[in-house]
Amino acid sequence: MKQRWLVAGEDTDERQEMQFETWLSGKGIPFTSPEAERDYRDRVTLLKDAIQLKKPPQRVPICPSAGFFPIEYAGATMYDAMYDYEVLTRAWEKYCHDFRPDGYNPPTSIVPGKVLDLLDFKLYQWPGHGLSKEREYQFVEGEYMKAEEYLDLIDDPTGFFLNVYFPRIFGQLKPFETIPLLPPVHEIPLVPPAVRPFGAVHMQSALKSLTHAGEETLKWAEAVARLNASIMGKGYPAFSGGFAKAPFDVIGDSLRGTKGVMLDMFRCPEELKEACERITPFMIKLGVASCKANGHIMPFIPLHKGADGFMSDEQFQTFYWPTLRKLIIGLIDEGIVPQLFAEGGYNQRLEVISDIPKGKAVWWFDRTDMAKAKETVGKVSCLAGNVPLDILCTGTPDDVKAYCRDLIDVAGKGGGFILSTGAGMQGSKAANVQAMIEFSLEYGNL
Amino acid sequence: MVEMKEQEALERAKDLASSGEDPLKILNACSEAMETVGKRFETGEYFLPQLILAGEMLRQISEMLKPKLKDKTTSVTSESLGKVLIGTVKGDIHDIGKDIVTFMLQVNGFNVLDLGIDVPPSKFVDAIKDFQPQVVGMSCLLTLAFESMKETVEAIENAGLREEVKIMVGGGQVSEMVRDYANADAYGEDAVSAVRLAKNWVGVK
Repeated sequence: MKQRWLVAGEDTDERQEMQFETWLSGKGIPFTSPEAERDYRDRVTLLKDAIQLKKPPQRVPICPSAGFFPIEYAGATMYDAMYDYEVLTRAWEKYCHDFRPDGYNPPTSIVPGKVLDLLDFKLYQWPGHGLSKEREYQFVEGEYMKAEEYLDLIDDPTGFFLNVYFPRIFGQLKPFETIPLLPPVHEIPLVPPAVRPFGAVHMQSALKSLTHAGEETLKWAEAVARLNASIMGKGYPAFSGGFAKAPFDVIGDSLRGTKGVMLDMFRCPEELKEACERITPFMIKLGVASCKANGHIMPFIPLHKGADGFMSDEQFQTFYWPTLRKLIIGLIDEGIVPQLFAEGGYNQRLEVISDIPKGKAVWWFDRTDMAKAKETVGKVSCLAGNVPLDILCTGTPDDVKAYCRDLIDVAGKGGGFILSTGAGMQGSKAANVQAMIEFSLEYGNL
Repeated sequence: MVEMKEQEALERAKDLASSGEDPLKILNACSEAMETVGKRFETGEYFLPQLILAGEMLRQISEMLKPKLKDKTTSVTSESLGKVLIGTVKGDIHDIGKDIVTFMLQVNGFNVLDLGIDVPPSKFVDAIKDFQPQVVGMSCLLTLAFESMKETVEAIENAGLREEVKIMVGGGQVSEMVRDYANADAYGEDAVSAVRLAKNWVGVK
C-alpha cells in the first residue's frame, strides 16, 4: 500500500487539461459583460501558461497574498471582519476594486468568529477572544496529542480525531469522547451500544452547538459566495480555491506542537513517519474535494516545519518530504495543481523538491533566493513570490519597484512565474501595494 | 548529550550521581556538552530538533540532580558574559525563534531573562530597570508587530533608558529595513548572528 503516489499516473496531462477547462470555462459565474468574461479567461490563461511551462504567458500574472490587508485598508478591525460578514465582503470588494490583482485570495481564511465561539475552539486565539479587536488570529502551540498516542492515531485516524482530538480542541465537543468506534457497528447486538451515547444530555448539547455552528457557517459561506461571484463576475479569477497541508505539518503544527514533533524525530521516529503516511490520503482527499467545491484547480498548501533551519537536510528527506511528495503526486494524479507556499527560506531544499513532474505545481517562495530557485525547481515547476513584507511595510514605492524589477528579471523572464508577496501582506502601505501591482503589470510584459 | 543519545546520557548522569560524583561537576559537563551542541548549530550541522532534544536532556538531568545540590541552585556557577533581556513584542504570541536565540545566548555564557510572548513596551521598560541588561532582544513573526517593535523602542527612549542598552531585533519578516523603521541598533538574521551581536556589544570576541 505504501507504493501509492510514488509515480504520477500516465493520464495526468489529460486530467490537468480537463481541470483547467472547467476553471477556464467560468461556468456559473455571473459575468457583468462579455468583456469581463474575456478578461476572466485571459487571466486564467496567464496562470495556466505560467503553470504548464509550455510557453511563456503574455505577461507575468500578479497575485499577491492579500492576508488581512484588505481589512486594514478598509479601515475595519479584525474583529469586525470576523463577526460581521458585510464588513468582510465590503473590504474585499474594495481591495479588489482598487488594486485589481490578476488573481485574488477569496476571504475563506477570515473565518466566522461566532462559529469558533459556539464550539469553544482552543487551537487559536482570535480578536475578542484572547486578543484585542485589532489583532489577527494566532495559533496556540500545544501538545494536543501525546507521544504515547501515536498508535491510536495510526490505527484509526478518524476515531482518534473524533474521540480524543476534537474534545481537546473544541470545548463544546467534549462529549465526543463517548462516540463509538465505527467499524465495530455492523451486527444487530452492536446497534444499541453504538447509538446509546447520542441519547445523553451532554451529547445532545454538543450536537446542538454543532448545528448552530453549521447554520452560522452557512450564513458566512453565502456572503463569501456572493462576494466571489461579484469579483469573478468582473473578470478576476481566484488565485487559490482549496486547502491542504503537508502531513508532517498536520502532526507538527496541530497535534504534537513544534517541541513535541522535534523530540519525536529522536524518540519515536517510526511512529512519526507512519502517522505522516496515515494522514497523507486524508490530505489528498481534502485538496481534491476543496478544489472541487470551489470549481478551482489550486489548493493552497502552507508549508511550515520543513523550512531551512527547522531541520537538517537528512531530517527533511526522512520525515518531511516523502509524504509531502506523495501529497503532491496524489493531487497531480487528479489533475489538481498543488500551490506550495514555502514560508521562510527553502534554499537548502531546492534540489530535493525538484523531484516532481514538470508543469504540474506552483512553488511559492518567501525568503528563498529566487535566482537559485529558478535554476533548480524552476526548471520543473512554476515559481511564485516573493516581494518581501519588510519592503511593503516599511519601504517606499521606489523600493518596491526596484525589487519587482529585479524579481521579474531573475524569475519572470521566459515565463513560469507568478508575481506575489512572500507572505500575507497585512501591515503593507497601500501606496506600496499599488506600486507593486502597477509597476509589474507594465514591466512584466513578456 | 552531544551525540543526541538521550537514554545513554540520562543513564550516565544517573550512574555518576549515584556513585557519589559532585552534582555540580556533572552539571558543568552538561554545560560543556550544550556548548558543543551550540557550536554544531552554528556550523549548520545541527538544527532546531537537536537544540530541543539537548535542552530536554539538560532539563531532565538538572531535575534529577536538584535534590542533591546543597544550595538548591541548578545554574552552573560560571562567570556570565553579560545580561540579555529578550521577548516577543506586543500582539505577537510566537516563540520558536525567540527560544532558539535564548538557547544560543545561554550556551554561549549569557545570563538571559526571557519575558515570554506578547510583551507590552512597559514590561520591557520595567525589566530593563530591574534586570539592568546590556542587550535587549525583540522578536516578532507578524508583520503587524513591526509597529510594536517601534513602540517598544520609543518607550525605552521615553523612560530615559535608550543609552543604557543595545537593542537587537529579529524573526520572521524582520530585516535591516525593519530595524531602521523600529529604530533598533541591529538586526540579526538568525540565532548565530544574535550571539555575535551580543558578544560584540559586551566586548567579547
